[in-house]
Amino acid sequence: MADKGETAVTPDSTAGAVSGAEIQLEGVTKRYPGSAEPAVKDVTMTIPAGKIVVLVGPSGCGKTTTMRMINRLIEPTSGRITIGGEDALKLDDVKLRRKIGYAIQQAGLFPHFTVAQNIAVVPGLLGWDKKRIAERVDELMDLVGLDVAQFRDRYPRQLSGGQQQRVGVARALAADPPVLLMDEPFGAVDPITRGILQDELLRLQADLGKTIVFVTHDFDEAVKLGDRIAVLGEASSIQQYDTPEAILANPANDMVAGFVGAGASLKQLTLLRVRDVDYPDIAMTADESESPSDLRARMAKAGKTYALLVDRRRRPQRWVHVRNLSSVRSLAGVGRPVGDTVSTRSTLQDALEAILAEGGHAVVTGTRGEYVGMIDIETVTGVLAQLREEHENTDGGDSADDAGDGGDSAGGAGAAAEPGASAS
Amino acid sequence: MSLFDYIADRWDRLALQSWLHVSEVVQSTLLAAVLGVLIGVAVYRSPVGSAVATALASTILTIPSFALLGLLIPVFGLGPTPAVVALVLYALLPITRNTIVGLAGVDPAVTDAAKGIGMGRTAVLTRVELRLAWPAILAGMRVATQMLMGIAVIAAYAKGPGLGGEVFSGLTRAGSANATNQALAGTLGVVVLALLLEGVYFLIARFTVSRGIRG
Repeated sequence: MADKGETAVTPDSTAGAVSGAEIQLEGVTKRYPGSAEPAVKDVTMTIPAGKIVVLVGPSGCGKTTTMRMINRLIEPTSGRITIGGEDALKLDDVKLRRKIGYAIQQAGLFPHFTVAQNIAVVPGLLGWDKKRIAERVDELMDLVGLDVAQFRDRYPRQLSGGQQQRVGVARALAADPPVLLMDEPFGAVDPITRGILQDELLRLQADLGKTIVFVTHDFDEAVKLGDRIAVLGEASSIQQYDTPEAILANPANDMVAGFVGAGASLKQLTLLRVRDVDYPDIAMTADESESPSDLRARMAKAGKTYALLVDRRRRPQRWVHVRNLSSVRSLAGVGRPVGDTVSTRSTLQDALEAILAEGGHAVVTGTRGEYVGMIDIETVTGVLAQLREEHENTDGGDSADDAGDGGDSAGGAGAAAEPGASAS
Repeated sequence: MSLFDYIADRWDRLALQSWLHVSEVVQSTLLAAVLGVLIGVAVYRSPVGSAVATALASTILTIPSFALLGLLIPVFGLGPTPAVVALVLYALLPITRNTIVGLAGVDPAVTDAAKGIGMGRTAVLTRVELRLAWPAILAGMRVATQMLMGIAVIAAYAKGPGLGGEVFSGLTRAGSANATNQALAGTLGVVVLALLLEGVYFLIARFTVSRGIRG
């Protein structure tokens, strides 16, 4: 699960359709003149190529400042930033930004440009010819789920918040940059639209494999989107930098625990799929064409009180108790219908919901809806216990990866715990 | 002789004076627009600079036009020069102030996004900020033009071109033949021209303000 020690993928901004570039921050500090404490203090972290890394932390912790130093909207006071091995601080800042996608809260679209003109800005700056730009605009609108004919010539004010964000993402992706910086891009839309946009970002990312640095203060969003999460405390000090699973199972300190908030176990269940756990084939299945007496005999032999009736394509239909079988001539219409089933692609959270609704266990179905096994509540609790154990054991190994000043982050943890808890 | 007969009789001269009047006002407005926008761009980021620029421009506006012309004649002599200088100075206030207000009103998220996706300083200013401030700047130019139409009449005192000459000579000859007609023709001409220019501004706004930001 932990994908440590990856080698840097060679950056390739021209054919970057498959993969992003690795970003490294080394001792990056931002100190504003006239303030005693630095806004960002000595941050060292590696953002692996092709992964979504979420910077999460309370308001004012410097997470946005940290992100904005990557494309040098804010110049670091000291430290080194490399993108795909190239020293970002030595490049021309304007040219650097054209190679880094940038999406912000409320999209920041140009209100006087149409949707198509907004998306075309960066390719235009890079000097693409008109035909190529027009094709790229159509392709991107399609990619983010906006109908080209309907939305091409609209202005931002004629779009809903969610549509504006889609245009914002399309604009950020326009020149196919290897790296994407996103600053709370879904912060200003309603929860339902936010969920949809998050799902779409994950879908896009599965195809594109960009390196995405995503800033949010919403830990649930971080868990949902992040391949890795960096929980930041004061002055952007890294409290924990690990996979969402590891952070949920074993928060490094009180501040992280406070930020994770209540319901860590439930959040963990959203990260696991039924296919990742055991779902033993323990139910006795019967076709509706089988005679009741045969089934009864089989059940008696196997010591089962319930049998699962399936249709021709082995899709679960009804539960039948052995008592029901004595008085019927055919299995058609006998028994209690199967309620919620879970597919192997469902999250364990959905499975838990179904288990609770069904009374202790739920039917697991395969890709075509056919019966493949059963899952019960012990399986779920067992998985959680196992995860917690695993991450406790690997704790020593992880801290080496948690770059940054170890002593400082431990010291800052107590002080930062309170705002963290209240912000969550 | 009735007013209409007078206008018909002196049409050639009135048309020329009208043309000179409009040309003087439009050129002064354009000159003031260039200066005003440059000043606005120079100061809009600094609250102090903005306040000083607006205050200075306001001070000019408080000087009575007669007095300003009187002060300019010793410097520039008689003729179009002092008139144009005075008109430009008066037009500066509405244009500079509206430029500052327009630029300051641009959503910071939009300029941040513009910088963030790789626009240089000049591109952010010319392609985003000034384009978004343009309706405000245009409104400032429109107010300035209307104001200058009237002030340009006074500028005839310094022997500036335009319909002011008609008004002044009509007034000084009060009581003699056609004196009232002459003054009235000049005044009416100014009003008609002002309305015409108003129409021109409407068309300019229609064609130069993006539909995405039109009110």
